[in-house]
Amino acid sequence: MTPLAALGRTVLGLLASIGRLTLFFGETLGHMIRPPFYLREFGHALFSIGWLSLPVVGLTAIFTGGALALQIYAGGARFNAEAVVPQIVAIGIVRELGPVLVGLMIAARVTSSIAAEIATMKVTEQIDALITLSTNPMKYLTVPRVLAAFLVVPLLVAVGDVIGILGGYIVGTGTLGFNPSTYIRSTVDFLEWSDMRSSLIKGAAFGTIAATMGCYFGLTSGRGAQGVGRATKSSVATAAVLILAANFLLTSLLFAA
Amino acid sequence: MIAPQNIHKTFGGNRVLQGVDLVVDQGASMVIIGGSGTGKSVLLKCILGLEQPDKGEVLIDGQNITNQNRADMLGRFGMLFQSAALFDSLTIWQNVAFRLLRGRQKRPRTEARDIAISKLRRVGLSEKVADLYPAELSGGMQKRVGLARAIAADPDIIFFDEPTTGLDPIMAGVINDLIREIVTEIGATTITITHDMSSVRAIADHVAMLHHGRVQWCGSVDTLDQAQDPFVDQFINGRSEGPIETVR
Ligand SMILES: Nc1ncnc2c1ncn2[C@@H]1O[C@H](COP(=O)(O)OP(=O)(O)O)[C@@H](O)[C@H]1O
Ligand SMILES: [Mg+2]
Repeated sequence: MTPLAALGRTVLGLLASIGRLTLFFGETLGHMIRPPFYLREFGHALFSIGWLSLPVVGLTAIFTGGALALQIYAGGARFNAEAVVPQIVAIGIVRELGPVLVGLMIAARVTSSIAAEIATMKVTEQIDALITLSTNPMKYLTVPRVLAAFLVVPLLVAVGDVIGILGGYIVGTGTLGFNPSTYIRSTVDFLEWSDMRSSLIKGAAFGTIAATMGCYFGLTSGRGAQGVGRATKSSVATAAVLILAANFLLTSLLFAA
Repeated sequence: MIAPQNIHKTFGGNRVLQGVDLVVDQGASMVIIGGSGTGKSVLLKCILGLEQPDKGEVLIDGQNITNQNRADMLGRFGMLFQSAALFDSLTIWQNVAFRLLRGRQKRPRTEARDIAISKLRRVGLSEKVADLYPAELSGGMQKRVGLARAIAADPDIIFFDEPTTGLDPIMAGVINDLIREIVTEIGATTITITHDMSSVRAIADHVAMLHHGRVQWCGSVDTLDQAQDPFVDQFINGRSEGPIETVR
């Protein structure tokens, strides 16, 4: 095969995948607005995606905030701008690092577990059993998870933002010699509503991507243990790449001009 | 009446079904026999629309199956899967009562639980298993839970995929009697897949033997022993010598 043909094949394959994912997402939205709704499954998804992700989100955010403060201090020192640490930490966390890192941690934690669970259900005929029990797997499995992630990941991002800034604060006041009340006032005065809004919008988008990828790859899993392994791997890789791509797109849309 | 007609299904290069015709009358008990891997489970899945046949169609009560009448059929349907296919995130009673907890047949949880426990008793399981999870049960017990789930909402149409495989002979006898009872009492239309000749004799009104992707022989259970078919003869007598190749 010539390199050109290989490239063409890859691009076509990619386009076909994007088409399938888009159709799947459209189908999910269609089921979201038509009953029946499975509230118990929705509650369960809220709990496992939201509440159980808190430790991972908190730890990721606090270390990142701390490291960011150290870097900005060191970088700022090169042109006597050490004082901007609170502001840059705040904007860096709220606009970019908070949503992206929470999104990636959700891809690692939530996408993988959704994909593995649903793929296992598929290979053990549990999805077939659902259908024979007059239960639509899209409504019963996909809709509750996607909706829960859409609603709860923005909250996780908000928590991550606060803890990330806290990480910067701890390092800033603890080792870099900032005055605690000045640090807090600089942060609060500096942040704008639009920064926070972008954080929440990104969270909602990333949560939706993460849960949708888990469900898609789970429901389309191949047979056997190998099928489950492949589904899980592909779901996490795809979710992570799509989250980073969506982040670029949203950043350029939300902060244009 | 359920009538798959000229069903073809190929997986990759593996031609599993090559024109299956079958008629199961209302209230009748059809038993499908045949070597393992001959596509018996695939046939049931084609009837249910879980697999899309490459060719052929399924008639239900004389009508071509559509999404609408398939949904109606599934509303009064129960199935025991070969692998039991219990939901491992739900407890045993919630598995059995799945249909009674949601959808059209929804009822209060306590009532659903009582029904689930009475169905568990019918398949020889005590109330003690009700709050366990499927992973905590043996394979044979899971199979019986699957059976209880299949009959929980008193369906009119039931498919049993190898109901007695993995059970001891006594429990297999209990399950055979139960299936017979369901067929005669409720008048349900059933299709049962089995390799177990004692099941065949206990359950069947009619028997169909699947071989090489087709129905090799089909007839009333009374005529099974007189069947002048070398394939049937080899199968029901469990001989290694005969037209059915033993390496598959
Ligand atoms: N989803 C599938 N993909 C590929 N091959 C399949 C699939 N389902 C069944 N098969 C193949 O079809 C054949 C018949 O399977 P099955 O109907 O399960 O046999 P049995 O008669 O023992 O129930 C087997 O060779 C099996 O490997
Ligand atoms: Mg089978």
